[in-house]
Amino acid sequence: MAKSMSNKSLAGPALEIEHLTKAYSGSVVVDDLCLRIESGEIYGLLGPNGAGKSTTINLITGVAKMQKGSVRVFGYDTVKNYRETRRLIGVMHQEVVFDPFFSVGKALRIHSGYYGVKDDPKWRELLIEKLALGPHVDKKIHKLSGGMKRRFMVAKALVHKPALLILDEPTAGVDVELRRALWDFVSLINKEGTTVVLTTHYLEEAEQMCDRIAILNKGKVVAVDSTANLMKQVERRTLKVWLDKETSTLPASLDEFRPSSEENGRVWRFCLAGQQHSGQVLQVLFSERIGVREVETHSPSLEDVFVNITGIDRTETKAK
Amino acid sequence: MLYLLPFWTLLQKEVQRWFVSPVQTLIAPMITSSLYLFIFGLSLGKRISVGTDITYIQFVVPGLVLMGVLNNAFANSSFSLFISRYLGHMVDLLVTPIGPAQFIMAYTIASILRGLVVGAAILFISCFFTTLPVFSPWLALLMASLASFMIAQLGIIAGIYSDSFEAISMYTTFLLLPLIYLGGMFYPISILPPFWQGLSRFNPLFYTIDGFRHCLVGVGDSAIAVSFAVTGAISIVLFLWAAALLGSGHNLRK
Repeated sequence: MAKSMSNKSLAGPALEIEHLTKAYSGSVVVDDLCLRIESGEIYGLLGPNGAGKSTTINLITGVAKMQKGSVRVFGYDTVKNYRETRRLIGVMHQEVVFDPFFSVGKALRIHSGYYGVKDDPKWRELLIEKLALGPHVDKKIHKLSGGMKRRFMVAKALVHKPALLILDEPTAGVDVELRRALWDFVSLINKEGTTVVLTTHYLEEAEQMCDRIAILNKGKVVAVDSTANLMKQVERRTLKVWLDKETSTLPASLDEFRPSSEENGRVWRFCLAGQQHSGQVLQVLFSERIGVREVETHSPSLEDVFVNITGIDRTETKAK
Repeated sequence: MLYLLPFWTLLQKEVQRWFVSPVQTLIAPMITSSLYLFIFGLSLGKRISVGTDITYIQFVVPGLVLMGVLNNAFANSSFSLFISRYLGHMVDLLVTPIGPAQFIMAYTIASILRGLVVGAAILFISCFFTTLPVFSPWLALLMASLASFMIAQLGIIAGIYSDSFEAISMYTTFLLLPLIYLGGMFYPISILPPFWQGLSRFNPLFYTIDGFRHCLVGVGDSAIAVSFAVTGAISIVLFLWAAALLGSGHNLRK
């Protein structure tokens, strides 16, 4: 596989953002943002709609003008050394945009040239193969399906072998097959040395993919940590138990697990904090000869972390 | 590599863009010009005298050629910029190492090339209607290049300021076409009353049309040097304006 520039001569953090600020019409969208992303990481930028994720990406890539603060990519300032930084970055924007005049293959060759990188047919063909664009390479882009256009967008972001790949909602509205193929490919190029920054609304994807995550809310960073550490912030493991028959009260020794009933006492939910575990609850139930039909445990997800930190219930947001 | 290849790629792309739609870019102006040549050259032209040594059709041909040059040079830069902003793929350029200088030169050279190719095609068509008494072909080529450079800058400015199809078409309908038609394309301004003659001299496109005609067939209302000086000065002003817009990212970067 062709190596990105990160494997040649780049040192230091892949991305350093210091006191980045951006306001539109007096409304602050990015507010004194500071982030440091190390080379080789897969880094997630999460947050509700309007948190400032896309604006941050636009400021990093030069699509938006900075008002305050600085951004450095592998030590290069994105304003003073914009040619170098833009050469190092590959970005897939949230909106599917393309020049309708050209075919997939031609557009990829053009994009490579835009970055000052001579067309590398082997790398281009590898991208086309990995993203299953082979049958469509001679088609005009507007004739592709939505999923294929997304695949083309990924290839476009990677065709000049960037050291830092930024993916803004790459899997929004795409089918399971593409999502899986995309993440497999992202993992592969990350192993080859490419640093990846991504935003996604699918928190389970971020949970699986990211080494570290920053949660943004109202333009500010409200949490930054490794995915594992963020998960530890929420001690909300739960145990759900289906009983043989309806039970209105449970033994007092289970009170420490804060039991709550559903379905007229047929189903009980217990909260497990710290060192507590499911076996303790079940032991009490068995010893009191309360019949158990089914059990289910639930570990905290990034969704819980997100809700805990931002106070926004995404299920309600989605329903709206 | 961060300077030359991105510029060269953008230039190639801009040229290929109008090559992939030859009906719109090449055939249409050739047909329009043929109609003008038929109407004003073969039918009405025989009854019109412009008070010079050349026939009316010989007088009209340079104007038609330069109209093709100006229209197409303007259309290339303005449409390409506008449509890439309108469809959103301008971001594909904004995130690349292409700087304002490379950007403006690639769009300008592509526009000049398109203007000159269309102008050459119209000149070729005119050979079927008349024979031109060629005065100075190299000066004519230089004036056509300078005129298309100037109008390409206007196209860049229009492409950056326009936010709708209506806005971009207003530049053509209310600015370019009136200035071309009133710039002595079909008549020498010397036949106009003094007031209109004086007013015509404030039309910047008069100097491009008259200058080109003077260089091509040796007949003009203004000295060749004056035409080059005025066109050159306006070109510099428009270039600085376009460069300032691109440098600041006005209407391009959020």
